[in-house]
Amino acid sequence: MIAFLDLLSIAAIAAGTFFFFAGTVGLLRFPDSLSRLHALTKVDNLGLGLIVLGLLPRAESALSALKLVVIWALVLLSGASTAQLIGRALRRGRK
Amino acid sequence: MSLLPYLDICLALLVVAVAFWTIAARDLFASVVGYVAYGLLLAFVWIRLYAPDVALTEAAVGGGVTGVLLITAGKRLGGLRNVGQGERPGFGLSLVAGVLAAAVAGALCAVILMLPDPPPSLAPEAVAAIHGAGAGLGNPITAVLMSYRSFDTMLEKMVLILAVVGVWSVGADNAWGGAPAPFRVSKPDAPMVFLAQMLAPVGVLIGIHIFWVGADEPGGAFQGGALLAAMWMVTMMAGVAQPPRVDARWLRVALVAGPAVFLVIGLAGGVVAGSFFAYPPALAKPIILFIEAFMVLSIAAALPMLVAGSPGERPDR
Repeated sequence: MIAFLDLLSIAAIAAGTFFFFAGTVGLLRFPDSLSRLHALTKVDNLGLGLIVLGLLPRAESALSALKLVVIWALVLLSGASTAQLIGRALRRGRK
Repeated sequence: MSLLPYLDICLALLVVAVAFWTIAARDLFASVVGYVAYGLLLAFVWIRLYAPDVALTEAAVGGGVTGVLLITAGKRLGGLRNVGQGERPGFGLSLVAGVLAAAVAGALCAVILMLPDPPPSLAPEAVAAIHGAGAGLGNPITAVLMSYRSFDTMLEKMVLILAVVGVWSVGADNAWGGAPAPFRVSKPDAPMVFLAQMLAPVGVLIGIHIFWVGADEPGGAFQGGALLAAMWMVTMMAGVAQPPRVDARWLRVALVAGPAVFLVIGLAGGVVAGSFFAYPPALAKPIILFIEAFMVLSIAAALPMLVAGSPGERPDR
């Protein structure tokens, strides 16, 4: 069971790191702001989500596990909102 | 085999690189973004130095509040562009400024390099004071701030009030008493309103939590107060809450409540516990929490007022 949880942690954190890497490459290489924004929000949603998922079995208590999930939810909320704000500002600038 | 020292070196190099980039950036906005990134990286440095309390403060104040302050200030400067901002300082002035900056940096480096070994430190005394005075707090940082150097902590909060008075006093005479200029002139975006409505209740809860656990774990009045301040700023930026008039009685009371309560209890300490700013040992913890609660209020009121600016100021554009 312990080994299975460790495997789950390793797999999820590795996948999360991959999304962070891919998102960063996208941020640096994509041609326009909207595409870059798209790359960035994937990092918030999936990358951080997978890393939190991987860290959950390693949490000391149920409370700290809950805190990890809350951190992810807060990043989701602020990430999605600021992406919308930046996107609107871009559209306004383009008109 | 340990990877951490190498990561630490990378982090240190990154901090220096971002600092250089912040200074070198031609664009004001880019420079501010660099400064915010610098503040967040510094927070990581403090965590690596096992100082989570300082890291929390740095992230909230250095990264968050100062970032908003600088962006707002930059926007106002942008509105003043036609008022002779095009001229660059002459070569002589640049040279003098550069030499002065280099001299200050050089003097600081020299002082740090010439420190005696071991460097003079009040840390042992502070640590002894924590155990001696027996403030009953699990977090030694809070014990030092509120017990060992309580007078300094109170004066720091007074400096905040003085800064707010300074910001208010540059407003026009006929606008005195009015509300500070709102953060945004145009109609706020729907996502901003959504963010303020969703984030503010959670943020307020987390701010109070950080203040409350500050007695025994990393956290405290300043960190919690800065979070509450940030939540107030977010709601004002979204137009969900309006900035108060600067002559509102409740605002004035909130601003002075922290230092005033601190000072009164400090003076009472002279009578009850035998010396200025001393607490009766049995009641130290509840008294400290009582003072800190009012300080949270003052910080949460002062920081947004610093960012909001002087009363009645016409938004440029």
